[in-house]
Amino acid sequence: MAEFEKANSIGEWFDQRLNVKAFTKVMMTEYWIPKEINFLWAMGALLVMLFKLLIITGIFLLMYYKPDVNMAFDSVNYTIMQEVGYGWLFRNIHGVGASVVFLIIYIHMFTAIYYGSYKKGREMIWLSGMLLFVLFSAEGFSGYMLPWGQMSYWAAYVITEIFGGIPFIGGDLVIWIRGNFYVADATLTRFFMLHVLLIPVVLIGAIAFHFYTLRFPHVNNEEGEFFDYKKESEKYLAGDKANSKVIAFWPDFLSKDFMVIAIFMVFFFYLVFYNNGFAMDPVNFDKADGMKTPAHIYPEWYFLWSYEVLRGFFFEIGGVSGKDLGLMAFGFAQGIFLVLPWLDRSPMVKPANQRPVFKYWFWLLMADLFVLTIFGKLPPTGINAYVGFFASTTFLGLFISLPFLTTIESKIVGGK
Amino acid sequence: MFALYVGLAVAILLIVLNIVLSKISFPKEARILSIIVILVGYIYWGFEPFAHHEMHPHVEDASFAFDGKQDIEALEHEGKDATEAKTFWATIAKIAEHKGDAVAGKALVTANCTGCHSIKTEGFAEVMSDADAAASYGVTPPDLSIAGRVYDRNYLIAFISNPVKAMHIEHKYPVGGEKVFPMPSSDFMQPQEIADMVAYLVDSASKVPAPKIKEGSSEFEISKATNKEVFETACVRCHAMNYASIQAKTSAEAMSKYIGATPPDLSQYIRSRGEHYLHNFINDPQRKLSGTGMPRVGLTEKAQTQVVEYMTQIGDSKKDEREALGPKVLIYLTILAIFALLWKQKIWRDLH
Amino acid sequence: MINESRRGFMGKAFGAVAAVGAVASLVAMKKSWDPLPSVMAAGFTTVDLSKFTGNKLEIVKWQGKPIFILKMAADMPAVEKRSVKVGDHYYSVMIGLCTHLGCIPAYRDTTHDFKCACHGGEFSAAGVHKFGPPPRPLDIPPFTIKDGNTIVLGEAGAEYKALIASLSTDINIA
Repeated sequence: MAEFEKANSIGEWFDQRLNVKAFTKVMMTEYWIPKEINFLWAMGALLVMLFKLLIITGIFLLMYYKPDVNMAFDSVNYTIMQEVGYGWLFRNIHGVGASVVFLIIYIHMFTAIYYGSYKKGREMIWLSGMLLFVLFSAEGFSGYMLPWGQMSYWAAYVITEIFGGIPFIGGDLVIWIRGNFYVADATLTRFFMLHVLLIPVVLIGAIAFHFYTLRFPHVNNEEGEFFDYKKESEKYLAGDKANSKVIAFWPDFLSKDFMVIAIFMVFFFYLVFYNNGFAMDPVNFDKADGMKTPAHIYPEWYFLWSYEVLRGFFFEIGGVSGKDLGLMAFGFAQGIFLVLPWLDRSPMVKPANQRPVFKYWFWLLMADLFVLTIFGKLPPTGINAYVGFFASTTFLGLFISLPFLTTIESKIVGGK
Repeated sequence: MFALYVGLAVAILLIVLNIVLSKISFPKEARILSIIVILVGYIYWGFEPFAHHEMHPHVEDASFAFDGKQDIEALEHEGKDATEAKTFWATIAKIAEHKGDAVAGKALVTANCTGCHSIKTEGFAEVMSDADAAASYGVTPPDLSIAGRVYDRNYLIAFISNPVKAMHIEHKYPVGGEKVFPMPSSDFMQPQEIADMVAYLVDSASKVPAPKIKEGSSEFEISKATNKEVFETACVRCHAMNYASIQAKTSAEAMSKYIGATPPDLSQYIRSRGEHYLHNFINDPQRKLSGTGMPRVGLTEKAQTQVVEYMTQIGDSKKDEREALGPKVLIYLTILAIFALLWKQKIWRDLH
Repeated sequence: MINESRRGFMGKAFGAVAAVGAVASLVAMKKSWDPLPSVMAAGFTTVDLSKFTGNKLEIVKWQGKPIFILKMAADMPAVEKRSVKVGDHYYSVMIGLCTHLGCIPAYRDTTHDFKCACHGGEFSAAGVHKFGPPPRPLDIPPFTIKDGNTIVLGEAGAEYKALIASLSTDINIA
């Protein structure tokens, strides 16, 4: 056993046993972040805050929710919303939080794309981040099923039905996923398990991993600059903070994070109290009815771009049915973001506005995603269907052309 | 396409804004924030208010005149023949000009109506149980104790004369068709007689005392009890409301046979449909849901407001608590944000 | 390294304001944990005593607990400070849980007493402990007598309050 001398304070007692001082230095006071950053760099911490809110409110919802097709709807809309003390508040925070978290995820993700924070050593940060996106999507999808309203049921039905499109095993796979021929109690309880236990546990692990991946490549900065962290941190520790290019995670970086989070919370709680229809869709206040599809059916806003790609192909091309084309495009759309670091063949790590070709690609992608999102909500009739088709093909085209465009770009800038 | 044009305008606005703001040395972070706010605002507009507007085309607001004007307009809009409707509603208007005599009306109502309808406060009990009534007529005839108060006078005149036309469900009971509405038309009666009957209903309704409420009940409870009275008269013969422990007077199977579908439980309809929709729908269901079996209810504006308010009190009972807490939370969070900002500035003063 | 005094005050102030919010959240969380209004409202049981027979134990449920109601037969005298008079008859109204460790004692109509199987405790027909480990008589639940032959468990009426006031722990009769 190691030799332990008598400690002179409680802090020293813990430090002897847990090496608290060194841990604090490594994780907080000497974890170096670039100074050249803007408030968009706070989105990560904001996501942690939202995730924390979702877990805490989730815990209280879990006390009263009944995962049974006969009791789920009333356990939410009567017990939780109208009987439990502040139950309505926890439910609103949870529902709005689940929707807003995707807004921040998208801002966070597109910040990374804009500033090139996915390449030149940062590929694992990007991959772990995309894994988080997939996990949050699964968490959102499974959570939406739980209130067992009309949207819950039909979203579950349509999305599980998609797997039927997989050749050979499709039909059996759908039944296996649902636990029944149709979306039934078995489906609800297994997605309850996923939502409440399995996915949150995996999420926590993935978040920890995502934080870990940031350390060695270092967090990116506004100019994409690679500089000498040792030199800059020495400047900082010597007292010359103003001239150092780095700041400490605590208290410098976190103080700005807290400020952004606190300001955002005002907006967030305004939504929670006064404007939550976008997150708690009225259609979901009708009990699930397997015999009646609602007149207007649509996923939550953050899935709309994906949904529009799926239904963007509504006629046969080259012998392949619209349905299959849509499925293939949908599959492509889910995976293509993952390989972005390898599609971008230009070694430039610079914000998009300083990249001659990429800047057009980026804003075209944004515009395309906006069109896909809005038209994903509109009824796909008449000209809307054609706009959807055009936007979906543009999406595919953008990603297919990216390697070529970025190769051209690297030639223009002379391999900088 | 409109959404695309708006999007184009937004894009141009952003490009211009970006150039202008960078030229005048507007703080970079504020510029980034304004771009994000505008983009998020645009996309929100697209998938919320705009999309919902596309999905639910505007419909004329509720009219409490009950003069048939909107029915006639609807027919003409569809290119159908509106002469019958015009004649009918003109007749009703003529009947309405008569001043009714409640005493004469009582004799007429006793003779013509109490065979099926109870008027409990006037001593006319139910003739048969709800279940038997549903089996005989298809639906349980409603009690008329406060009918004179909650239903509009013109509507009552129209209803007594020709229930199907008043309720705007001619599509369910086409003239000469097999199905006949269980309550017969009384348009053979003299205008004065109809006016008298309505006058009796109005008079007897005015004598009904306010519902008895437990001593020491809160304002909310008192309001709920008075609204419940109207809801029970107007809606409960067909609709259940689980969260208020109210069963429909006519069973679901009987209703299915009667109008071809089960009327939905109304517990959460204030949330799934919203106040605006409900006001328009109750006033004339056909305008919102063409082909529905639900009749125009004929409630006065006051009574209809009470019904919608009751639906809120049962379906969204925490509304007052939520609206009271909202400002407090937002004020607290604003104060917190100010403190956070001050601390951040303190820390970053050394760093710039 | 970090100048404590400069960031100290503002940081502590921010922390204090945040703590206020945290405390408020904890209050809300505590309220979520409270028993639901419907549960609290359901804490009443109405019992119609008109069909009860003497020397036959009736058990009703109140707030999840078994309540013993025993009508005194002709040869069972009323016990002062224990028996409840409803209409023309006397009854024992008691919570049927042994005051030792909570088992439900069984009634013996031959000896007019209760025997607890768990550790041998015994109570008289009026619920007074007379043998074994039980430290005190069977507890009396709040009740109120309503017109004629009905009692409502859960509501503390005048008779209940009088009983409780007169009860003393040194009651000990065979």
